[in-house]
Amino acid sequence: MSLVIPIHADIGCSDAPVLKERGQREVFCGLTGIIWLHRKMQDAFFLVVGSRTCAHLIQSAAGVMIFAEPRFATAIIDERDLAGLADVHEELDRVVARLLQRRPDIRLLFLVGSCPSEVIKLDLHRAAGRLSQQFMPQVRVLNYSGSGIETTFTQGEDACLAALAPELPVATDPSPTLLIVGALADVVEDQFSRLLTAMGITRFAFFPSRQSTTLPAIGPGTKMLLAQPFLNDTAKALEARGAERIASPFPLGVEGSSAWLHAAAAAMGVAKENCDAAIGPARQRATQALAIHGRALRGKRIFFFPDSQLEIPLARFLARELGMVLTEVGTPYLHRQHLAEELALLPAGTALSEGQNVDKQLDRCRAFQPDIVVCGLGLANPLEAEGFTTKWSIELVFTPIQGFEQAADLAGLFTRPLTRRTLLAA
Amino acid sequence: MQLTLWTYEGPPHVGAMRVATAMREVHYVLHAPQGDTYADLLFTMIERSNKRPPVTYTTFQARDLGGDTAQLFKDAARDAYERFKPKAMMVGASCTAELIQDDPGGLALALDLPIPVVALELPAYQRKENWGAAETFYQMVRALAVKPSEPRVRGDRKPRCNILGPTALGFRHRDDLREISHLLTQIGIDINVVAPLGASPADIARLHDADFNVMLYPEVAHQAASWMTRNLGLPCSKTIPIGANATKSFIREVAALAGIDGETALADSQSRSPWYAKSVDSNYLTGKRVFVFGDATHAIAAARVAATELGFEVVGLGTYSREFARDVREAAALYGVEALISDDYLEVEERIAELQVELVLGTQMERHIAKRLGLPCAVISAPVHVQDFPARYSPQMGFEGANVLFDTWVHPLMMGLEEHLIGMFRGDFEFHEDAAPSHLGGAAHLLQPRAQAQAQAQPHTQPHTQPQTQPQIPARAVIELPAQPNKQEGPAAAIPAAWAPDAEKELRKIPFFVRGKARRNTERYAQNHSVPVITIETLYDAKAHFSR
Repeated sequence: MSLVIPIHADIGCSDAPVLKERGQREVFCGLTGIIWLHRKMQDAFFLVVGSRTCAHLIQSAAGVMIFAEPRFATAIIDERDLAGLADVHEELDRVVARLLQRRPDIRLLFLVGSCPSEVIKLDLHRAAGRLSQQFMPQVRVLNYSGSGIETTFTQGEDACLAALAPELPVATDPSPTLLIVGALADVVEDQFSRLLTAMGITRFAFFPSRQSTTLPAIGPGTKMLLAQPFLNDTAKALEARGAERIASPFPLGVEGSSAWLHAAAAAMGVAKENCDAAIGPARQRATQALAIHGRALRGKRIFFFPDSQLEIPLARFLARELGMVLTEVGTPYLHRQHLAEELALLPAGTALSEGQNVDKQLDRCRAFQPDIVVCGLGLANPLEAEGFTTKWSIELVFTPIQGFEQAADLAGLFTRPLTRRTLLAA
Repeated sequence: MQLTLWTYEGPPHVGAMRVATAMREVHYVLHAPQGDTYADLLFTMIERSNKRPPVTYTTFQARDLGGDTAQLFKDAARDAYERFKPKAMMVGASCTAELIQDDPGGLALALDLPIPVVALELPAYQRKENWGAAETFYQMVRALAVKPSEPRVRGDRKPRCNILGPTALGFRHRDDLREISHLLTQIGIDINVVAPLGASPADIARLHDADFNVMLYPEVAHQAASWMTRNLGLPCSKTIPIGANATKSFIREVAALAGIDGETALADSQSRSPWYAKSVDSNYLTGKRVFVFGDATHAIAAARVAATELGFEVVGLGTYSREFARDVREAAALYGVEALISDDYLEVEERIAELQVELVLGTQMERHIAKRLGLPCAVISAPVHVQDFPARYSPQMGFEGANVLFDTWVHPLMMGLEEHLIGMFRGDFEFHEDAAPSHLGGAAHLLQPRAQAQAQAQPHTQPHTQPQTQPQIPARAVIELPAQPNKQEGPAAAIPAAWAPDAEKELRKIPFFVRGKARRNTERYAQNHSVPVITIETLYDAKAHFSR
């Protein structure tokens, strides 16, 4: 439990009822995480073993095609593989060999499972073991599933990091080390590094690291601080390696960033005053920068469709720091333990929903008539055409939004569509 | 199993969605896992559609697989009927649902809905998007079209046709349809039904009430059109009206089908492009080396326009539409080139680099290849991008389409006099051949070798505590990297004769797209004439020798 934020079960939304729904989900599957993971881990390659749909999804998901020689590809299963005319494992070995020959710079290869590969029960774990033996020490081969039948959007990152967790070297030094878990934009990592250094913490690392050859060590001295709210399996895997989770709200907004850094400081034995002194200037800047957005957003009503699991921390930030009114906060999956501190901070009475039946949720959204709707790309233009103002949720995942310096940028993502609507109406 | 970096076509159920979304009063219930809803954004984002595609996804999860996914499908189909009240329903499976074999067609029939239900079998592990669109349109026509009980009597009324092929997410379908509808009306032909775009199930039922069909996009419509020829007695046009000449042939063809005189319409045909192509400024277009790639219809048409209406030299022609490979091979033979039939983006890139082209006419994929190789490019075909849905009227077909082709293909090129000046002052430090055309910004497009680019992209050795300044997760969804090896000039290995420095320098003054050839010819000449060192004299001797 965090030492700085007092938690009482009787406040906020800690015990709030959650509307659980099933039906059509207008969300991406976990394969989409490859779009940012392949940029984050610079010597890793992601090979989806799936169908043409998987290839088309990744190509289309970012809203644009990402052309460069990408560090991801799809091994498309075809009829011959399904009919047993070709040995799927032999085929996969052939594809991997061709790929690694083409990209000698790759050090880490993920075989990424998809809906079709899961349904035909293609054993990618076995394949990864076999290929690792063949290509080590040049290339380590791991596997995880990004399939839509098992993972929603950001859960793909969770599955990927959980697969990587057993590969972390064992820490030889038992003294406390801070491990920040979850992919962050490099610019955000660098800001946090400076703040942690300023408060006197020297032993810290980020997971995932930018290079697979420099994975951080882990052991009983490891204090794990989650930077993202969707890392259920990763946290479990790291806990199994001896890491201890630091409970904290997530570093969105001034309040979230302060609490998160204070939680890190407390866990690493840094005095509160030292932490305050280190973060003071950045915190001050961020508070000032937010003020202007507060004037634009105060009292505006917002509705969240489920997307990335970032919805609860975002709602907390928008409600507490900018005065927005929460109509419904939908999330694909609500992890009560990791979000305990967030739920406690949410205004009491907030309508929470988990899972989705998109048509019913659209009905509720229309009934609420919110001032702004956070939703995926499939819904945004149709809702705009109905007269709603929308914010694409995917931008909240692809944009650096964590930390003090990004707090105003994050608020800006919500003020811009509202301002734009006013400009165009004038 | 096929290794794929980028794909030209989506899976076949996306083709079915293009038909469903194009039509009115139709709903498509798709048995599919979570994530397949990504396809909605193709329509809402790329085409900026103001409504959701009329598609319900069953969204089954891993835990449902042991249970009753069939029930899930039935519930979804019943709910979709209740909520959307369509006049016809399409049902089918995406790639994953195909594997669990729930038989959506049978399940939907068991619901006994009071509307026609069309079951789609779209084998996702064999077929692709355009095939899916064609099959879907064909099945819809088969299921919903009504055969006339009595033979058609035309009487005194004007001739009447259907227009077949335009879909949602089609490359310029919206504007082509407007252009061709206008053209047909102008020559005195009424339009009975346009399908799939804008057609309701009731419209499909009255397709027979026309004298003939006009097929704009064979990729989507050929199967349905030939079924209608056989079963409804509707002949179909063959000419695709892309380019001024083809538009004229098209007018003659439909006039003959309609039994009217098309010559009057031809006489006052209004297209600027033939005159623009004749005007002296277009002289510099002569013999420009173009590479053409796209779906079969657009690729074949673009090659024809390039060769016969603009005077380009077609040095490569290809398609990703395997279904139409034969047609493309035949077309390629006209230009003495071998057709490239491939959906492997890397293979296309290799071919473009190898052919040393001056203009690429391709898809969005080729646009990126061209950008990387520093070549001018115009987009002529799907797969589409948000830029392929311009706010302005911009058809590819008809006379206005021919004007659009002229402008969009010629503008990326160096203007005539600019090219001459560069030829004259090749050594100028800011006005040299590697500089982009001045009207396109003028910035030199420098191609970096891969190793160098990687060295720049990987400044990190320490994973933490080291302040980093370069953000690597981009702040925006658009990520484009410049790094690609320059494939235009291979390693100068196994050179029989050595190059004197001044000859090497002179060689640099030759335009890049013929430089490789000049180098090879000179070396061959030197070898044949036992010249040990290639001098400027050797270079020009070789030039004279080979230009006989």
